[in-house]
Amino acid sequence: MSRVHSALTNASGRTVGRRIRVRGLVQGVGFRPHVWRLAREAGLAGHVLNDGAGVEIEAWGDEVLLDAFMERLEAEAPPLARIDGIGHERLEGAPQIAEFSIAESAEGVVSTGVVPDAATCPQCLAEVMAPADRRYGYAFTNCTHCGPRLSIVRAIPYDRASTSMAVFEMCPDCAREYADPADRRFHAQPNACPTCGPNVWLEDVSGIVDCTDPIAETAARLKAGGIAAIKGIGGFHLACDATSEDAVAELRNRKRRGAKPLAVMAKDTSQIRRFCAVTEAELELLQATSAPIVLLPKSGEPLAPSVAPGQRRVGFMLPYTPLHHLLLTAADVPLVITSGNLSNEPQAIENEEARTKLSGIADCWLMHDRDIVNRLDDSVMRVDVPGSQVLRRARGLAPEPIPLAVEFASAPPVLAAGGELKSTFCLLSGGNAVVSQHLGDLEEAATHADYRKAIALYRDIFRFEPEVVAVDLHPDYLSTQWGEALASETGARLVRVQHHHAHMASCLAEHGIEPGDDQTLGIILDGLGFGTDGTIWGGEILLGGYDGFERAARFDPVALPGGAQAMREPWRNLVAQLASAFGDGWRSRIAGTAAEKTLRDKPTDTIEQMVARGINAPLSSSAGRLFDAVAAALGICPDRQEYEGQAAMEMEALAEPWLERAGGYPAGIAKQGNMRTISWQPLWDALARDLDKGVEPGLIAAKFHCGIASALAGTAIEIAETSNAFRIALSGGVMQNRILTGLLHATLAGRGFEVLVQARVPANDGGLSLGQAVIAARASDA
Amino acid sequence: MTHGGGGRAMADLIRDLFRRHLHNPILDQGNDAALFSVPEGRLVMSTDGHVISPIFFPGGDIGSLAVHGTLNDVAMSGARPLYLTAGFILEEGYPLADLERIVMSMARAAKEAGVPVVTGDTKVVEKGKGDGVFITTTGLGVVPEGVHVSAERAAPGQAILLSGTIGDHGVAILSKRENLEFETEILSDSAALHGLVAEMVAAVPGIAVLRDPTRGGVAATLNEIARTANVGMILDEAAIPMKPDVSAACELLGLDPLYVANEGKLLALCAAEDADRLLEAMRGHPLGAEAAIIGTVTEDPANLVQMKTGFGGTRVVDWLAGEQLPRIC
Ligand SMILES: [Fe+3]
Ligand SMILES: [Mg+2]
Ligand SMILES: [Zn+2]
Ligand SMILES: [Zn+2]
Repeated sequence: MSRVHSALTNASGRTVGRRIRVRGLVQGVGFRPHVWRLAREAGLAGHVLNDGAGVEIEAWGDEVLLDAFMERLEAEAPPLARIDGIGHERLEGAPQIAEFSIAESAEGVVSTGVVPDAATCPQCLAEVMAPADRRYGYAFTNCTHCGPRLSIVRAIPYDRASTSMAVFEMCPDCAREYADPADRRFHAQPNACPTCGPNVWLEDVSGIVDCTDPIAETAARLKAGGIAAIKGIGGFHLACDATSEDAVAELRNRKRRGAKPLAVMAKDTSQIRRFCAVTEAELELLQATSAPIVLLPKSGEPLAPSVAPGQRRVGFMLPYTPLHHLLLTAADVPLVITSGNLSNEPQAIENEEARTKLSGIADCWLMHDRDIVNRLDDSVMRVDVPGSQVLRRARGLAPEPIPLAVEFASAPPVLAAGGELKSTFCLLSGGNAVVSQHLGDLEEAATHADYRKAIALYRDIFRFEPEVVAVDLHPDYLSTQWGEALASETGARLVRVQHHHAHMASCLAEHGIEPGDDQTLGIILDGLGFGTDGTIWGGEILLGGYDGFERAARFDPVALPGGAQAMREPWRNLVAQLASAFGDGWRSRIAGTAAEKTLRDKPTDTIEQMVARGINAPLSSSAGRLFDAVAAALGICPDRQEYEGQAAMEMEALAEPWLERAGGYPAGIAKQGNMRTISWQPLWDALARDLDKGVEPGLIAAKFHCGIASALAGTAIEIAETSNAFRIALSGGVMQNRILTGLLHATLAGRGFEVLVQARVPANDGGLSLGQAVIAARASDA
Repeated sequence: MTHGGGGRAMADLIRDLFRRHLHNPILDQGNDAALFSVPEGRLVMSTDGHVISPIFFPGGDIGSLAVHGTLNDVAMSGARPLYLTAGFILEEGYPLADLERIVMSMARAAKEAGVPVVTGDTKVVEKGKGDGVFITTTGLGVVPEGVHVSAERAAPGQAILLSGTIGDHGVAILSKRENLEFETEILSDSAALHGLVAEMVAAVPGIAVLRDPTRGGVAATLNEIARTANVGMILDEAAIPMKPDVSAACELLGLDPLYVANEGKLLALCAAEDADRLLEAMRGHPLGAEAAIIGTVTEDPANLVQMKTGFGGTRVVDWLAGEQLPRIC
């Protein structure tokens, strides 16, 4: 009150009226009660309401107090609000009432209020941990500043009736909080307490476990080496003691998950610091309301080796619901928290599904009776040069809109269908892009169903009718097929977007780059994408912008023997790359090396024949497959990758300590017309000599990374000289390689370029839909 | 054709060759048009042009394939085939000995099927204007009373049956064409299926759908049916018969066997309660010895064909635009 008092003493004595408009994420986050409290404190008259564009306030009062009020609107905004702008105009006349009130929303208004799920706020956590509080130990405590959102929404308008909280009728105490604008739980749709809200219990194969505290009982079983399925906010997890090698190895074994790193949850930051080095920026990220998994360098005490084999980093997150806080506090050891599924399927979200599907994996199930409506994986982020990057964007981040450059405000509504793996879709309208949560591999039937359901939900939430549908050029992507069907059903215009152009545009869009500059360079390193010439691309430098591009450089195409099989089995790429570099004599170039040993028992004759005759061996400029080939030469999972990018990730970890000492391998660059082709023949030549000399694999890996980076940087600089490009965007799945991104960023920024790296959406195909959307928005303008 | 130009000498030679191998009472009438009477009932007719490389492959050649392919198209309406016609387009200079092999093989296939080739035609095109031999065959058949087989009749709840192993033909052709060697030679499954169909129709006259999964394989065929009838399907991967050699070859070549062509297999949809009877009838016929129930028809407005895979997962079996192109990014 001291502020109000001091303001009062400075009052001008002049009463004025203002209509104030607040734009941004201001609905469903407790913004109206925030306005109401500040207005009451300042003694203003008027009202606040939600409308299609955000929040509108009419306020009358002393001019100085009104100024202070407007400042505080932004400075003291609720934690989940994001203010994009505050504007005002003068109001004539006088207030109708002397009070300040919260008015009904305008009729027929698009009031979304669906924000990302948010981690438990400090006040709620304090209540949960306070023995005297009525929510002591209550796993579903939340308020306007925290709790489930997207994960529980079935439809709009976003109120309790249209969420999975509908079945829980609020008790009088909760109802009072809900109705009181002065309360932190005013209009908190999932508001609940032990009297009226969801319940938690523990099951095992023989039924419900009789115990007073199911969470503590689960913790005890985990500490004893057990594996528990835990129903969280966006799906089921599987948990075990992250410090017990037996437990983690058993979990991997039962889940049939080989080497893919597992995420770990710790009860607080000091527990994380025992196992990892954490910077200030990483701390901030861990504690954000999105509570993502953050990749941190291992340091200090070891976790069980099976948590992240072959990796220098491990993904840690903090508890983000009271249930997780209670569990981690009781366990007092960090827990592996990984998706509750078999191998690569999406995680289970329903109790019965979890019982059956996880029956061979979990020893017990920590269940609750609030339905998970929308499956949401944990988001994954890391802090890197030059900032934080999202690697998987889901819980806590979706569906927050991404503001685009001003020019896009007038674009027609675009629905972009995304890619095939790591799929997301994107709705573009009103100058914002809403990118869906990470959905996954569309070939998985459950993911495909989620994808269709999520598109329907988002269209409903955002009252979205597409005028344009954007799809990838690849005719067989399931997203392409779905987009085509949607376009013909809605009469929307269909725009096909080249895969790597979309990666580049995605990077430009999230940085708010205005259209018009068609001289940006995009260094796009990727697995595979369908090219405009019908061949498969993947290692490209594009020159252009949203409105078009030319392929300024590419990796020299090499065959993919067996198509998609070449992605699963890195050794195939090694044969193809060696045959491409050395011709028929390739075998003699690796005689006596580890690479020869790797290929000894493989049907290399058939692969050679497939390559030579083009039998299911399409040519591709893929960067990903080049990484696979080099990894295979170094003996890094040459036979089979268990997950996408495994070989490259393990090779990156191997290279890291050797970087200082590594020069780069050479490359050959040839220019034909306007296109440059980067040949890796010289690289293979030098690499084969190193293999022959028995050079340390880590050093070879480091020289490889440096060679790629310097060839790309050199080529980009060359192209920039003739095209006057000053901006360079880095994108594509392979750009998630830290070493490569770091080297390219340092070199190019050092030369004065504006270098853009994906931060808010992934550089992999999870970011594709955003790029498709902005390109299509421009293409349909023309 | 070492006999030079497209002259009379050659036409005579060819005619003689056909007469010698394909002869039957109707063809032997020697008229431009075949004359025959037809039984009561609904007739079906189907025509197909056959182009294949290589012309001779393990398990068959273009001659037998031209007979089987058209007989199967007729049989997939539930019909009993009656007559065949054959039109040849030959490239000038094509070896007569090879042509004779083809015609003999065609004759053998027709004889085994019990369906005569009743009329035909041959044209010779200039060298370079054709690719060896093209054969177009037409088949005429009659549908038994009470049998109504059509893709639109696919309906939720029906069982999906497959008559035997998949991928044999496509892999046999590819390995011959590209000189790929596998442990054992993989043979095409090329065969005439109307005998099997007759047994099936007799056992379960209410069969809803019959299709031979040729180009595009089982995946394309089922997707086509699903979209035609506005239904979905769910398959069980483990139930789909496949020869270990074919499976290994597909793995090595990176081909999904569900998309590989067959020439002697059929897919059948029937009411769930008839499925076991149909399966039994199929297994009683040599061409259906390895038949299996591979899935069921579901209600699905998205018309997706899905497949339960090894570890309890389910994947979408989609409809490819063309060749199998890698999609993984
Ligand atoms: Fe990509
Ligand atoms: Mg046909
Ligand atoms: Zn809270
Ligand atoms: Zn309550």
